[in-house]
Amino acid sequence: MLTKRASLKLATAFAALMVAGSANAAEKLRLLTWADYAPADIVAQFTKETGIEVEVTLSNNEEMISKLRATQGAGFDLVQPSQDRIAGPQQEFGIYKPIDLSKLKSDLFIASMLEATKKNTTLDGKVYGVPHIWGTDGLIVNTKAAPKVADYNDLCDAAIAGKSSFRAKRPALIAFAFANGMDPFASYKDAKAYAAMMDKVGAKLAECKKNVKFFWDGKDQLLNALRSGEVVAAMAWDTGGWKLSSENADIKFVAPKSGALGWVDTFAIPSKGRNDDAAYKWINFNMRPEIAAKIAASAGNFTASNGADKLMQGKLKDQFAESFPKAAIDNIKWYPAVPAGIEEIEGKVLDRLKAGS
Amino acid sequence: MKPAHRLTLFLLMAPAILWLGLLIILPHVEILILSFSQRVAPRVYEFGFGNYLEFFTEPLYWRTFARTAIMSIMVTVITLVLAFPIAMYIARVAQGRVKAMLLLLCLLPFWVSELVRTLGWMMLLRETGIISYLLRMTGLASQPVELLYNDGAVILGLVYGGLLFMIVPLANALESLEPSVVEAGFDLGGSRWTVLRRIVIPHAMPGIVAGSIIVFMLTVGNFATPVLLGGKNGLWFTEQIYAQFITRFNWPQGAAFGILLLLLSSAIVWAGLRLTRQSLGTTLRQA
Amino acid sequence: MSQSTDLDLVNVTKQFGTHAAVNNVTFSVARGEFFSILGPSGCGKTTLMRMIAGFENPTSGDIRIRDKSMIGVPANRRPVNMVFQSLALFPMMSVGENIAYGLTCRGVGRAEADERATRMLERVGLKGFGERRVTALSGGQRQRVAIARCLVLEPTLVLLDEPLGALDLKLREHMKIELKQLQGQFNTTFAYITHDQSEALVMSDRIAVMNQGRFEQVGSPRELYHNPATPFVASFVGETNRWQGDVASASNGAVTVRLSTGGMLHGRGGVSQGAALSFVRPEAVALAQDAAALSSLPNRFEGRVSAVLFDGAASSLLIETPGFDQPVRAVLPQAGPLAGIEVGEAVHLGWTADAMKVFAA
Repeated sequence: MLTKRASLKLATAFAALMVAGSANAAEKLRLLTWADYAPADIVAQFTKETGIEVEVTLSNNEEMISKLRATQGAGFDLVQPSQDRIAGPQQEFGIYKPIDLSKLKSDLFIASMLEATKKNTTLDGKVYGVPHIWGTDGLIVNTKAAPKVADYNDLCDAAIAGKSSFRAKRPALIAFAFANGMDPFASYKDAKAYAAMMDKVGAKLAECKKNVKFFWDGKDQLLNALRSGEVVAAMAWDTGGWKLSSENADIKFVAPKSGALGWVDTFAIPSKGRNDDAAYKWINFNMRPEIAAKIAASAGNFTASNGADKLMQGKLKDQFAESFPKAAIDNIKWYPAVPAGIEEIEGKVLDRLKAGS
Repeated sequence: MKPAHRLTLFLLMAPAILWLGLLIILPHVEILILSFSQRVAPRVYEFGFGNYLEFFTEPLYWRTFARTAIMSIMVTVITLVLAFPIAMYIARVAQGRVKAMLLLLCLLPFWVSELVRTLGWMMLLRETGIISYLLRMTGLASQPVELLYNDGAVILGLVYGGLLFMIVPLANALESLEPSVVEAGFDLGGSRWTVLRRIVIPHAMPGIVAGSIIVFMLTVGNFATPVLLGGKNGLWFTEQIYAQFITRFNWPQGAAFGILLLLLSSAIVWAGLRLTRQSLGTTLRQA
Repeated sequence: MSQSTDLDLVNVTKQFGTHAAVNNVTFSVARGEFFSILGPSGCGKTTLMRMIAGFENPTSGDIRIRDKSMIGVPANRRPVNMVFQSLALFPMMSVGENIAYGLTCRGVGRAEADERATRMLERVGLKGFGERRVTALSGGQRQRVAIARCLVLEPTLVLLDEPLGALDLKLREHMKIELKQLQGQFNTTFAYITHDQSEALVMSDRIAVMNQGRFEQVGSPRELYHNPATPFVASFVGETNRWQGDVASASNGAVTVRLSTGGMLHGRGGVSQGAALSFVRPEAVALAQDAAALSSLPNRFEGRVSAVLFDGAASSLLIETPGFDQPVRAVLPQAGPLAGIEVGEAVHLGWTADAMKVFAA
């Protein structure tokens, strides 16, 4: 029985979290983050410098929010959701606490990025997130097998029937909206217009579905399929494309004509975090250029740390330069904060997409 | 009863009661309460049946459930058909060590997690997988064959996961069938089919029902197998619940779906019992 | 001859590995006969019966029913039905369904099968039991259902595999008579296997005594009882006194045996020298208060009652007699001058030479 199992799991998870929480010594930082964002050597160095131990839990956007929601913001001292997923959930569930910007060394951040993130994560005049890692969603293309793929719509081209893929998640909706001449971000505040737009995008995707081998779910699943040639073009994150590119020069990350989707993962502090000092220390430590460069290399993405790019190894920079000519950079669509209720509209469209045949 | 005895009994029962209460009943009650709350504004919820209405008014949801239920029934039937001869062999032909070995063999796949088992099937079935390769090697296919990401693959994976839970109660039920009763069935002129239909199957009925209930419930509530093996058209109802809880942050809706899954699958089991004229009591005793 | 027989076994042998469970058995059962196979457990009688029913195949030899070879004919095609030791009623069916089962297997329509089952139930005295569950019947009723289930098919031959074994004594006695009556009433050939000599003696027209895969003797109950052909039959069928000794002299069938403990006995048998076994039935031992009453008997002794084994009509006395290594068993007199005899009393005993069978040991 799912309900039984699911609720059991939830119950035990809560229990475990509470026990873990209460047993914690003061000098421990409980970090909820993405894979590769807290490599072991960086953690070791932090502990050596500050004496604070770091307990790392890996997750993704949805799970981070779900976990915090389940405990009303307890269980972790620092989390790293994407910047567009802060204001909405905060309004809905109150799971974060405002950032005390005076405790951060703001000159460690790329100023424009810090400003943009602050703006996006502000609710009632308080800032809830600062930027850490950023990257884009675009197209990974096997240029030999699918030379013509240059925009999201090309995933639906009959030439690559049964060999394309995207995630049945919100980025696909946003991407196909842009690719078909709509601007979803402009309609964020107008639920009705947004719903109408999403219906259109849903219809487009449903039509495209016959071309899709599968809706990918895990990154490794997609990369494996691209490696083996089962999939020749997919909408995915830039890092995956660059990774494959270094294995097989035919595979490239392409910034789509209608624009790559830009995301920024942040630092945010849960409302019931108990070690804010350690959290600020970790943020400041992480934004030091030499540390940020190491993390960027580990994650394969870029960082919001000011000056880290000069320290980074050449390869990633070259790949970035190849994928993003100047015009493509300017064309990146940065996710604005997701207003509450938007996910509901998108969810139904996605459900229909997955269920319909 | 002396007070001391009563205390002993209480202490002995305490873990079971705690387990039942804290880990089964309490979460269900909480889910039930949650399922009746509706969001009106950020952080404002009110009591209502909206989440349940949503299920019945949005064809997407009840169609997904119907699809899940029908496929689960198919899986149960296929599992039963496959498990019956195996259980028959284990119960009536195999002796001693061979019997233990066979049961162990059935159990073996369950020593690894469901996820690993499912990934194993993915390696076999994928376009660049072993079966596709063999088909090409033997000339049965001219180009790579995709066997994954369709309903057939989901059913295959679920049947595989359900077999053991069907074989054990079936073998149990069949083992208690006296050999001379079967012989009498033949002796009085029955063909193999007649003996199977009129003697073996009716005798094994409690085992069949028990196994079918277990397999059906496990299948309806399965998550990993349909997600990993399923195609782009295949949405399992549990995925719907997961989506509501985790990606949609809509706990009340997810809770309502959970309760509906519990109620509707129980109703199907009840209908199945009525149809086969079995009672849950005798079935549980048999299993 | 074969025209009037229902069952013929010709040189039937069944090997299990190197062990011959049934060893070269030949016999015939006449139409309408009640034929029993009597033997201790493990003698091969069950294997023999299972071969006739079709659950086992003979290693060699032929099984013929009404002159048709049954070799290669599966159990469900043989005109033979079996009453199992456990009865093997179908617990998932009602009494009526149990009886109609065989008919429906033959393609008899539902209505007619029910009708015939109902009539059969009446004939075996279970009128109105058709709807009952078989688990709700008494032992005797279950027995009747098991037999009715076979008889309704009007088989050439009914096999019965110790069907009375599970019943208590009183019911067993009753069922013996009932079985015999049923057999007469339906005039069906019965082949009955048992290890209980009393069942075989009471019901059978003829009995085959089986031991270690072979038939020792085939004959009517009286023949077996009074003229056993082998020492095994003599000791297995009925109660008997058994003494071991050596032939002292023999002529023309009359044998004198000297027991190692000194007694000299006179009997009849085909043995002329060497070790011998002597058998005397308890009821052949005549008892008297004084020696004169037994003066005409060649075997006369005096002993002392060592035990009274009271068992109603089957009661017996054990008499400690000089010259014998164990007490002589005799029937307890329950009328006449010796009625009420007590342990410790002296008594004279004797028997005729005809009453004592002597076999080579």
